[in-house]
Amino acid sequence: MRDVAVVGFAQAPAVRETHGTTNGVEMLVPVFHEVLGNLGLAKSDIEFWCSGSSDYIAGRAFSFIAAVDAIGAFPPINESHVEADAAWACYEAWVKIQTGEVDLALVYGFGKSSAGKLRRVMTMQLDPYTVGPLWPDSVSVAGLQARAGLDQGKWTEQQMADVAVRSRADAKSNPRAQLKGDYSAEDLLAEPYLADPLRKHDCAPITDGAAAVVLAASDRARELSERPAWITGIAHRVDSANLGGRDLTTSPSTVGAARDAGFDKVDVAELHAPFTHQELLLRQELGLNGTRINPSGGVLCGNPMFSAGLIRIGEAARQISSGQADRALAHATSGPALQHNLVCLMEGRD
Amino acid sequence: MTTLSAPLNVEFDYTRSLGPVLGRFMTGLRDRRIEGIRGDDGRVHVPPVEYDPVTARKLTDWVEVASAGTVQTWAWVPEPDEGQPLTHPFAWALIKLDGADTAMLHAVDVPGPEHMSTGMRVRVRWAAEPVGSIHDIACFEPGEAVETEPTQGEPVTMVTTPVRLGYTHSASSEEARYLNGLLEGRLLGQRCPVCQKVYIPPRGACPTDGVPTVDEVELPDRGTVTTFCIVNVPFLGQRITPPYVAAYVLLDGADIAFQHLILGCDASEVRMGMRVKAAWRPREEWQRSLANIDHFEPSGEPDAPFETYSQHL
Amino acid sequence: MAGQLAAVIGTGQTDHTAKRLDVSMAGLCREAIDRALADANVDWPDIDAVVLGKAPDMFEGVMMPELFLADALGAVGKPLLRVHTAGSVGGSTGNVAASLVQSGVHRRVLAVAFEKQSESNAMWALSIPTPFTMPVHAGAGGYFAPHVRSYIRRSNAPEHIGAMVAAKDRRNGALNPHAHLKQPDITVESVRASKMLWDPIRYDETCPSSDGACAIVIADEKSAGANPAWITATALRTEPTTFAGRDQVNPRAGRDAAAALWRQAGIDDPLNQVDAAEIYVPFSWFEPMWLENLGFTAIGEGWKLTEAGETEIGGLLPVNPSGGVLSSNPIGASGLIRFAEAAMQVMGRAGAHQVSDARVALGHAYGGGSQYFAMWIVSANKPS
Repeated sequence: MRDVAVVGFAQAPAVRETHGTTNGVEMLVPVFHEVLGNLGLAKSDIEFWCSGSSDYIAGRAFSFIAAVDAIGAFPPINESHVEADAAWACYEAWVKIQTGEVDLALVYGFGKSSAGKLRRVMTMQLDPYTVGPLWPDSVSVAGLQARAGLDQGKWTEQQMADVAVRSRADAKSNPRAQLKGDYSAEDLLAEPYLADPLRKHDCAPITDGAAAVVLAASDRARELSERPAWITGIAHRVDSANLGGRDLTTSPSTVGAARDAGFDKVDVAELHAPFTHQELLLRQELGLNGTRINPSGGVLCGNPMFSAGLIRIGEAARQISSGQADRALAHATSGPALQHNLVCLMEGRD
Repeated sequence: MTTLSAPLNVEFDYTRSLGPVLGRFMTGLRDRRIEGIRGDDGRVHVPPVEYDPVTARKLTDWVEVASAGTVQTWAWVPEPDEGQPLTHPFAWALIKLDGADTAMLHAVDVPGPEHMSTGMRVRVRWAAEPVGSIHDIACFEPGEAVETEPTQGEPVTMVTTPVRLGYTHSASSEEARYLNGLLEGRLLGQRCPVCQKVYIPPRGACPTDGVPTVDEVELPDRGTVTTFCIVNVPFLGQRITPPYVAAYVLLDGADIAFQHLILGCDASEVRMGMRVKAAWRPREEWQRSLANIDHFEPSGEPDAPFETYSQHL
Repeated sequence: MAGQLAAVIGTGQTDHTAKRLDVSMAGLCREAIDRALADANVDWPDIDAVVLGKAPDMFEGVMMPELFLADALGAVGKPLLRVHTAGSVGGSTGNVAASLVQSGVHRRVLAVAFEKQSESNAMWALSIPTPFTMPVHAGAGGYFAPHVRSYIRRSNAPEHIGAMVAAKDRRNGALNPHAHLKQPDITVESVRASKMLWDPIRYDETCPSSDGACAIVIADEKSAGANPAWITATALRTEPTTFAGRDQVNPRAGRDAAAALWRQAGIDDPLNQVDAAEIYVPFSWFEPMWLENLGFTAIGEGWKLTEAGETEIGGLLPVNPSGGVLSSNPIGASGLIRFAEAAMQVMGRAGAHQVSDARVALGHAYGGGSQYFAMWIVSANKPS
C-alpha cells in the first residue's frame, strides 16, 4: 500500500439554514478557496476529485451536477461522485491514489438539509415495500435503537445527557460549530421528550454545510504538510437493512471496519454519532476507554448531511497535524440506525 | 443579499412490482394472514426477506406466524406526520410476532407513552378494507390474537406507494438579481471577473473559473438562433400544439445561449443563424421568470454568418 | 495501466424490457448478479466488496437504495459503495470496481448497476418544475436534438446516417437474448419512415425506456483464471453542463478521457487496434459524433465510417454488436452493460453477436448534458 495522508481540510460554517441554492455552490466556493489556498495549490494541481451528496436532500434529480461549477471544472477534471456521505468519497479517492494513477485528490461533500423536512426525507432510505410506506421518521427510528439500549442497560438517559453536555462544551472552541455552550445534564434531562426516549439534546441539529479534504501520496504529502495525518487504514462495511433482524445495540459493521483498518489504540476519536446514544454505542463497540472523544463537539453540535462524516476525518486529521494527537480514529456513518460504517485511522510521524 | 425562495413539491405515486416473496406476503396481509420466511440459520423473518442476510441465498421456506406478538422496543410520536398509520399520537414499535425470530416495525395505538412498555403483548388491528399493502395492518393494539375472518382474492403483485415531500427551493443571489430584472422586463447578465464571459442567467460560480460572476451587464432582447430542434411529439404538460421550434438563442453581447421557443413563423422556416427578437407577454403578466418572454420570433434582419456563432454549438 | 492487474471474469444481465413486473428491485438485481456469479464461477464467500451504480434515486423513489438492498446484494458484513455520475454511472461503477482491485485492496469485487424505470416515470423525475427555471417545453429528446443538428451542419453528414445507425443497432439487438427491442427486419427505409419526433431525430432513432440490471465480477491476477477480459485502461472525465464556448457536439471531457484511455492502453491507432466498441448511443446520431470524439476518425469523418458499413458486425470497427442503448436502456445500468458487453467480446462469450477474433474492446458511457464520461479498454491479451 502507498502512504497516503490527509493534508488539507476546510469546512463551511455549520448553520441551521443558508440562503443559497441546494447545489452547494455558495458553500463550496469559499471552502475550495480556503483548502487550496492554505496548501498553495491551484485547481489544476488536483488530479482526482470525488464528492458525496444526495438528490433527496436537494429535492431534485442530478443535484450534484451543478456543484462542479464551484470548481470551475474546465479544462475537464478526473472526477467521481458517491450518493453517500463524502467520507465514502474519501474512501474512493484513497483507493484511486492506491492504484498509483494519481497522487493528489480533493474530496468534498455538501448538503442543504434545511431545504426539506429532514426527518421525513430520511424515511426514503427505508425498505420501500414494508417499512417506508408507514413513514417512520429518522428520529423515531433512532428512538427505537436508543430504547433498546436503555432497556438492556447498555446506556442511561443520564449518560446520554452527559454526551450532549460534553459535546456542547467542546464545541465552544470550534468556530464552525452550530451549537455550543455550557449546559448541565440536570437541566437537559428536565426538558420534555421529542420522541420518547429521545430529547432534543439527544438529536443532532439540522445543519446546512459543506466540507473538503485534500489527500496526498507520500512525498507529495510531505511537501504540502509539516505534519501529515497518515492514513494507516481505512475500511467500511454495511449491516443488514432489516431493522428488526439486527441487534440495534451493537454495530458489527463498525467493529468489522475497525478491524479491517487495523484499529488498535488511539489518542482521539471523532465519531459520527447523530444521536447521543449512538456515541455510547460506538464507544462500547470500539472499546474506546480513556480516549478523547469528539474534541470538535461532533455532529451533535453541527450535522451537515453528506459532509458530516468527511468532517470527522478532517477534524481527526487536524488533531494530528496540530500535534495534539499522534494517533486518531475518524468514523462516519450512513443509513438508518448506524447501518453502514466507515473507520479511518491516522497517525502523525515525527 | 437578495434572496428568493419558493416551494418545490416532489410528489409521485410509485408503482412497485413485488416479485414472488413480497407478493405472497402482501397477498397474505390482504387475506389477513401473516407469513414469514425461514432463513438458512433457521430464523423466521417477518416481514419475509427475499435473500438470506448471511448467506445471500434466495429463500423459499414459508412459515405462517401469529397476528400477536411482543414489543421489542418502541418510540413515542407526539405529532404524527402525513402518511403514518395513525393521525393521533402513537408509538412506533419493533414487534416480534409469535413464531417469528425477527421484529417488524409498525405503529401501536395506545393513549399515551405511559401505556407502552418493552415486552408488552400486542395484536394486529386489521384495516377495514385490505388492498395488499403493509397498511392492511392498520396498526397494533394491546392484547392477544383474536380469530379473524379470512378474505381471499387474486394474488397481489403490485403496490402503489405515494411519496409526498415538500422542499423550499432557493435561487442564488446572482439568479435573484436576474429574476428581479425580468420582473421589470430587463435581461440582466453578469460578467465573470476572470474570463470576462457574459453569462445569462448569471451563475453562483463561473463554471470554468469557479468564482461568482459579478459585474452586471444588461443585454438586448434580440439575438441569434445557434441551433434548434422541431418538436413534433406531444407529451405531458405541453403548452403549444406541435410542430414548434425549441432553439438555443444567443443574445447579442452574451457568451452563452439559452433554450427558448421560436414562434411567429412556420417551423420549417427556422434555421441556424436566424436573427430573432423577444415577444414579451403583456406587462401585467410579468413575473420573476424568463417566461415573461413568451417566445422569440424572426426579427427580419439578415442571418448571422456561421462563424459568429459556431463557437456556441 | 494503473496498479495491480484486474480482469473481468464474469458478467450477467437481466432480460431487459419496458416493465419487469415479475420482480422486485432486489429480484431484478439478483437476476443479473446470479448470472454473473455463475459466469465467473464464483460464489458469495469469494466476493470481497460490492459496488452499486444507479442513476437518480427519484427514478425508483428510494434514497440510496443500496442500503435497503444490502442483503440482496450479498453485501452484509462487506464494503458496499454507491456510485452516481448521471447517465455515465454504469461505466463509472465498472471503473470504481476495477480500482478496488487495481489498488490491491480487494481480490474479487462485484459491480452491479440497475434501473427499474417502471417504478415511476423517468420523464417525471427529470422534469419536476424547479422554481425560477422556465420549462422549455421541448420534451425528452429536446435537449439533444439541437446538438445533433449542430453535428450535421458541422460535418455535412447526409441525412440517412442516423437511420443507418438505428437499423444496424436494432438488427444487432435481435441477436442479443437480453435486448429489450429485437427488430431483425428493420431497415434504413423503415427508420426513415418512422415519425419525426424532435427534428432531426426520428422515433426509431431513440432509445427505449427499460427495466434492467447488469453485474460483473472483477478479479485480481491470481483469481482471474483462464481467458478473462484484462482491464488495460480506465478513464473518467467531467466538465460543466454549460459554459461559454462549450463544444456540445465534441465535448473536451470526452476527448480528454479518450486520450488518457488510449495512452494507458498503449493504443496509438484506435481504429485499427480496437476490435469492437460498445459506445453509449441513446440517439442514433451519437454514433458518428462519439466516433470522432473518441478519436476513431478525424473530426467530421465519423459518419463516413458508419456510411461505409464499417461499424456493422464484420466491419472494420463493429460498434454496439449487442444492439447498444438503442436496443435496451435501463439508464443506470446502460453504462455497465456497455462495459460488460466489451468484456464478453474479448472473452468470446457474446454468442450470436460475437465479433470474430475480438481481442481488444472499448466500453464507453456518458451522461448529464454530454459532460460525464467513463470508459474502459478490455483485452484478451494479458498485459505484460
